[in-house]
Amino acid sequence: MAKTITVCNHCDITSIKEAISLAADFDTLLIKKGTYKEYNILIDKPLTIKGEQYPVVDGEKKGEIIRVASDHVTIDGLFVINVGVSYTSDYAAIRVVKSENFVIQNVVLEKLFFGIYLEKSSNGKVYHNKIIGEAKDEYNSGNGIQLWYSKNIEVDRNIVQGTRDGIYLEFSDNITINNNTSTNNLRYGLHFMFSNHDVYTNNTFENNGAGVAVMFSKHIKMYNNTFRKNWGTAAYGMLLKEINDAEIKGNTFEENTIGINIEGSNRINYHNNHFIQNGWAIKVLGACYTNSFKNNNFLYNSFDISYNSKLNDNTFSSNYWSGYTGYDLNKDGVGDVPYRPVKLFSYIVNRTPETIVLLRSLFMDVIDFSEKVSPVFTPDNLLDDAPLMKKIE
Amino acid sequence: MIQIDNLYKKFGKNEVLCGIELDITKGGIIAVLGPNGSGKTTLIKSILGMVIPNKGAISIDGKSIKNQWKYRQEIEYLPQIANFPSNLKVKELVRMIKDLRQCESNENALIELFGLTPFLDKKLATLSGGTKQKVNILLTFMFDSPLIILDEPTTGLDPVALIRLKELIGTEKEKGKTILVTSHIMQFVEEIADRVIYLLEGQVYFQGSLDELKKQTNQNNVEHAIAAIATTSHA
Amino acid sequence: MLKILKYSFYDLMRSRWSYVYFLFYLALGFVLLFLNNDVSKAVITLMNIIIVLVPLIGTIFGVMYYYNSKEFTELLLAQPIKRSSIFLGQYFGVAGSLTLSLVLGLGIPFVLYGLLRSDAIFDFSMLLLIGAFLTLIFTALSFNIALSNENKIKGFGYAVLLWLFLAVVYDGLFLMSLILFEEYPLDNFSLFATMLNPIDLSRTLILLKLDISALLGYTGAVFKSFFGTSLGLFISFLMLTLWTVIPVLRLIFKSRKKDF
Repeated sequence: MAKTITVCNHCDITSIKEAISLAADFDTLLIKKGTYKEYNILIDKPLTIKGEQYPVVDGEKKGEIIRVASDHVTIDGLFVINVGVSYTSDYAAIRVVKSENFVIQNVVLEKLFFGIYLEKSSNGKVYHNKIIGEAKDEYNSGNGIQLWYSKNIEVDRNIVQGTRDGIYLEFSDNITINNNTSTNNLRYGLHFMFSNHDVYTNNTFENNGAGVAVMFSKHIKMYNNTFRKNWGTAAYGMLLKEINDAEIKGNTFEENTIGINIEGSNRINYHNNHFIQNGWAIKVLGACYTNSFKNNNFLYNSFDISYNSKLNDNTFSSNYWSGYTGYDLNKDGVGDVPYRPVKLFSYIVNRTPETIVLLRSLFMDVIDFSEKVSPVFTPDNLLDDAPLMKKIE
Repeated sequence: MIQIDNLYKKFGKNEVLCGIELDITKGGIIAVLGPNGSGKTTLIKSILGMVIPNKGAISIDGKSIKNQWKYRQEIEYLPQIANFPSNLKVKELVRMIKDLRQCESNENALIELFGLTPFLDKKLATLSGGTKQKVNILLTFMFDSPLIILDEPTTGLDPVALIRLKELIGTEKEKGKTILVTSHIMQFVEEIADRVIYLLEGQVYFQGSLDELKKQTNQNNVEHAIAAIATTSHA
Repeated sequence: MLKILKYSFYDLMRSRWSYVYFLFYLALGFVLLFLNNDVSKAVITLMNIIIVLVPLIGTIFGVMYYYNSKEFTELLLAQPIKRSSIFLGQYFGVAGSLTLSLVLGLGIPFVLYGLLRSDAIFDFSMLLLIGAFLTLIFTALSFNIALSNENKIKGFGYAVLLWLFLAVVYDGLFLMSLILFEEYPLDNFSLFATMLNPIDLSRTLILLKLDISALLGYTGAVFKSFFGTSLGLFISFLMLTLWTVIPVLRLIFKSRKKDF
C-alpha cells in the first residue's frame, strides 16, 4: 500500500530530497507550507509530490531545481523560485527527462531561467501552472514551457508571461495546447520548430515581442485563438514560415502590426478568422501556393492584404471586408462587384516605408481607386469575387 | 478742430492725395469740392481712419488720430454709397448701431421726420435707393457729436426729404457743430456752405468763403466759378 | 469685439447656409450611425469627410462671408470700434457658427447613440475637436486671402486653389519627394512635411487612433517616439494651435494696414 510522507520545517523530515530517498514507489509526499532551500532535487521513482498552501522551493540561483527521471510522477501545488542562470546549461525549475505519464499542475514558477522543460518525454500533462519571468534580454533568458522531442502531451490552462518564448516546441509531435495565456514574452508567445500534427486552441497571445511563430512544421491545427497587440517593427500576431497543410480557423487577430505574416507556406485553409484593426491583416511574402481564405472578417485594418509579387495562386472568397464599397442589387448577401483587397499604397509602403504617414490621405485614395479600376501593379486575379455584405458573427 | 498736415496717399501708382494742408476751425458748414477723382472721399476716409495715409498727419482737437479709434465717438459719418448688411431689418440696424456706440440718440424724431415708420420692419435689401439714403441719414444724425461728415448726402432724395435734410443740417449748425460736406450739386452747396475747400489733383486749390471764390474767378455764380477753376487749371 | 462677434454670429445663424451645413452633418451622423450601426466604420467615414469637407467649407464660407459683409464692415469702420475687433469679431463669428453647426450636427446623433454605447466617444470627440480646429484654420486662411484680394473672383479662386493644394496636391508632391529620395533617412523629413499642412496634421492625429498598429511597424526611432508615445499627440495639437494663431495674427496685422 502506498503511504503519505509529510514534509515540513519542524517535522521529522524537513527536506524534499530526504523524503524522496525514504519514499517507496507510488508514495505521496505532502509538503507543508514553508520554505525549502533545495536544488538538484531528483525524482527517480514514481511519486506524487503535493504541496499544501504553496510551499516555496527556493533554488537560490544555484542551478536546476527539480528533475523528474521516472514515469508516473505528479508534481502539484509547489511554488518554485530562483532557478540558476547559466550560459552553458539550460537550468529549469522543473525538468522532465525521458519519462512518461507525468502530471505537472498548479505549480507557480517565479525568478526562473527555463520554467518547465520536457525532454524526450511523452503522454504527460502540464496543467494550470503559472509561470512569471522577468526576462529582459534574449541571451540570458529561457522559455516558459519547452518541449523537446516529446510526444502526446497536453498543455492546458497555463499562464506564461515575461519569459523568452512563452511555450516552445521543437521536434515535438501530437501536442495539444489549449486555453493558455501567454503574454509579455520577449520573443514569441508560442513557437513551433519542426513539430508536426499539433493542435492549439483557445489560447490568448498578447503583447509578445512577435506573437506566435510556426516554422518548418506540418499539419498544425490552430483554432479559436486570440492574437492581440503584438506591436513593433517585426511584430505580428502569427508568423508562418515553411508551413504546409495547416488549418487556421476561428482565430481573432486584433491590433497587431501584422496579423499573419506568411512566408513559403502552402495548402493552408484560413477560415472564419477575424482580423480587426491590424496594420496589415495578412502579409504574404515569397511563394505561397494553394491557400484558401474563406469566410473571414476583415475589419478596419490599415491594409487588408499585402503581396510582394505580382503572382497569386491563393483563393479569396466569401469574406467580409469592411473596406468594401460595392452593392448587392439582388439582395443575396453577396456583393455584385468583386473586392480587391490589395491596395497599390501597400506596395508603395513596402518600397518606401516612410510613406505610411500618407495613409488615408485623399491623394492616396485617388491613386488606390485608379489602381482598383485597372490593376497595373497588383495581381489582377487577386480578388474576392463573392464578398459578403454582412459581417460573419 | 481738424488739422491736416502734408497728407499723402497713393493707391497703387495712382497718387490721390499729394500734400494736403488744411486747418478746419470749429463751427460752420464746410463744403469739400472738386472734380471726380480729386480725392474728396479719400480725404474724408483718411479723417475717419478708414484709409491709412502714406505720409503726413491728421489731428482732431490737437490729438493725432493715428492708430486711434475712440475719437470716432465724436464723429458722425454719412457714407457716399449706402451699403448695409442686406438681411437686417431697419429696426435691427438702428438698434445695432446704438448698441455699438452706446450713447444718447434721438432716432424717433428723425424716423418721424423722414417718414420711415412703415419701413422699420423691412429688410434693408428690399428698400429703394432713396429710402436707404434716408436710413443712412437717420443713422448719421441720431447721435449728438460735434463733428459731422456727409459724403454726397443728397443722392437719391426726393424734394421733400431734401428740404428736411437742409433743415436738419441747419439746426445742427445752430448747435455749433462742425459739418463737412461733399457734393456735386452746386445749388445745395451754395445754399448751405459757409466755407469751401476746393481739391484738385490731390491738393488744396482753394480755401475760403463762397464770395471769395466768386471774386477770385470773376464769376457771379458758383457753378461757373467751379468750372472756371477746372478750365484754368487744365489750360 | 464681442459685440461684433455677436452680430456676425447672429447674422450667420439666421442665414440659410448655416442650416444647410448643420442639417447636412445631422443627416450624415444619423445615416452613418443608425443605418450602418457600426461605430468604427462610421468614425472612418467621418474622418474622410472631416479632413476633406470641413476645410473646403471653411474656406468657401470664409471668403463668401468676407465679401458679402463688406457693407457691414464699412459701416463698422466709421464707428468708434477698433479695427482688429471688427475683423476678429467677424472671423470668430463665422468660424464659431461653422464649428457650432459641425459639432451640433454630428454631436446630436452621436450623443443619442452614445447613450447606448459609449466606447467610441473618445475617438469621436477627437474627430470633432479636429473638425473645429480645421474650421478655425481654414476660415482664418480664407479671411487672409479675401483681405488681400479686392477682387471677389480672384479671392474665391485663390481660396479654392489653396484648399486643392493642401488637400490633394501637397500629398502628391510629398509622396513623390519621399519616393525620389528613398535612399536617404526620411522619417524626420516626413514628419516635418506633415506638420506644414494642417490637413495632414489632422490626418496624423486620426491615424494615431485608427492605425497605430501599422504606424508602429516602421523602424525609424523618430517615428517610434512620435507615434509610440503621447509626444505625437502633443506636438500635433501644438502645431494645429500654431496653424490657427498665425493666420489670425496676420489677419490683425493686415487689417490694420488696409484702406477701405
